[in-house]
Amino acid sequence: MAQIRIENVRKEFGAFTAVQSSTFTIEDGEFFMLLGPSGCGKTTTLRMMAGLELPTSGEIYIDGEEVGQKPASQRDIAFVFQMFALYPHMNVGKNISYPLLSQGMPKPEVKKKVGEIAEILGITDILNKPVGGLSGGDRQRVALGRAIVRDPKAFFMDEPLGALDAEFREHMSEELRALHDRMNATTVYVTHDQLEAMQMGDKIVVMNHGVVEQFGVPQDIYDWPATKFVAQFIGSPPMNFLDFQGMVGTGQSELRMNDVAIEMPEMREGRDGALTFGIRPEHVRLDDAAPYRGRVIATEYLGTTQIVTLDTANGEVKARLSSADAVKVGDQTGLRFDPRTITLFDAENGKALKSAANMEVLSHG
Amino acid sequence: MSFSVTEPTKGTKWFAGVLVVAYAVITLIPLLWIIATGFKSPADSIAYPPVVVFEPTLEGYVNLFTDRTRATEDMLEAAGPPQTWYEEIARERGTVISGPSRYGERFLNSVIIGFGSTALCMILGTAAAYAFSRFRVPLKDDLLFFILSTRMMPPIAVAIPIFLMFRNLGLNDTHLGMILLYTAVNLSLSVWLLKGFIDEIPMEYEEAALIDGYTRFQAFYKVVLPQAATGIASTAIFCLIFAWNEYAFAVLLTSGEAQTAPPFIPNIIGVNGKDWPAVAAGATIFLVPVMVFTVLLRKHLLRGITFGAVRK
Repeated sequence: MAQIRIENVRKEFGAFTAVQSSTFTIEDGEFFMLLGPSGCGKTTTLRMMAGLELPTSGEIYIDGEEVGQKPASQRDIAFVFQMFALYPHMNVGKNISYPLLSQGMPKPEVKKKVGEIAEILGITDILNKPVGGLSGGDRQRVALGRAIVRDPKAFFMDEPLGALDAEFREHMSEELRALHDRMNATTVYVTHDQLEAMQMGDKIVVMNHGVVEQFGVPQDIYDWPATKFVAQFIGSPPMNFLDFQGMVGTGQSELRMNDVAIEMPEMREGRDGALTFGIRPEHVRLDDAAPYRGRVIATEYLGTTQIVTLDTANGEVKARLSSADAVKVGDQTGLRFDPRTITLFDAENGKALKSAANMEVLSHG
Repeated sequence: MSFSVTEPTKGTKWFAGVLVVAYAVITLIPLLWIIATGFKSPADSIAYPPVVVFEPTLEGYVNLFTDRTRATEDMLEAAGPPQTWYEEIARERGTVISGPSRYGERFLNSVIIGFGSTALCMILGTAAAYAFSRFRVPLKDDLLFFILSTRMMPPIAVAIPIFLMFRNLGLNDTHLGMILLYTAVNLSLSVWLLKGFIDEIPMEYEEAALIDGYTRFQAFYKVVLPQAATGIASTAIFCLIFAWNEYAFAVLLTSGEAQTAPPFIPNIIGVNGKDWPAVAAGATIFLVPVMVFTVLLRKHLLRGITFGAVRK
């Protein structure tokens, strides 16, 4: 298995720029997620790593070797397609053995290897079946079998669970992660599902409009988003944004929003003008004595928790509260924000301002 | 168009069945008539009102495959009793067989030219269609339109330039010339049809093959070609039927060496002018290769080869 490095990779299709100068590193053995909305360039990035598209500029290193302009067949990687792309004119066994045959591996050895893989994936009984009649899960396993059979340097997966039924996805995602750990593989996985990314990934790259917005471990990205886009794309419901005009200076640890003083992490960067105050719903509490006021306009019951929507002078706020708290629509109440978890954004460019809390995360990402 | 989800009623089924049978009968009558005429005597073949029930004879087939000369009583006497059944048929008309006719040759020419041009058309057509389907070809749409535009007039409109061109190139009355001509006429149709079929094959199959360590060309012939088999088969049938039945250019450009069966068959002359049973026999035999070819490929036409392999 191998480390994969992407340096200043850019891809243009005619006048359209699909990926703008991306740089990140995937360490050996990582389960790495490329996350973003559709059309953000994540699939193009993956296809460039695999050699199905050639980058317009920039370098791609697999295992220390620059492969940017090499065809896919020379990169020694495996790819699992969203639609599986099993060869329809071959049976299951033939599909799995196909990568080995291209290497000229002797037949008996191929047979042995395919047997082993089938054993791992639990598909020994369908080896002689045509791929046409298989269930979604079995097709998925065959596609995985074809990927892992020749011990490639890395696995690339393009929304591999996208074609499966919802109930089956959960199960398959666990299977995938277990397989990754067992093979000690380097896996790059494209998804638009933030939950899937958080659940399975060791690291996540969040992309939008061909730009890498943030890159890091799921917890860092969730807690300390680098941009408003990341804050909104990750988490359900997403981070609350309250827009206000104000001034914050370096070393300051209190802001004034709507003439109410609010405690926050110590700033390492100042700004005067349009700002956005960001806080996750679970870090908002209701306290009648609090000076920042709001009115409850909706509640949504989710079992152990409830999502309460409040209207404030600076916009709507969603709070994740225990279902035990009695909240009624129309209640006037105060809001308290957990001061350790606040992120301030520059409202104009959407970038997070550096503070003592997010300094470390933002400077390596 | 919308389809009813309810089962058709018994009456509807009957009505549909009657329509289909009626249509089949109407289309098949000329064919049956030709086949029947092949087994009629010359007198029956031109009888009026037409005879439907008749005594079958192989005279038409004998006349198709042989050249005969009229013989006097003395000559017949000298030749001795007929050795074979077909000689006996000839004798009854007062003729002796002087040798095989040229039908066999013409038929073979049709086979060489028809299948040759179809094969060439498939090779060139598949390659061109694949390129148009998968690669960024500059001016792709214009080129495709240009290719199709060769079919916007009847081919015979360019008969005179082609005739002169063939004469200067020495292609007149050659197998190669006819193969090239029919390929040129059919190629635009086959490129367009095949491009449609190849467009339907998801790119992922080839990409999977590329990832699995195969070259672009290997991916093409190991993965794309088997998937395109259905389309190639049906396109080949169209090309063969055109080349097989083509008459006008065959009359114009072939006379001896490379003459195909269509210009030959209508001109089979018997003892009393046109020999209709022989003409009908020639047409009947001429039908066989195309029918066999179509029936052989029918399996391909009907097989939903990509069924269920890709979820859409």
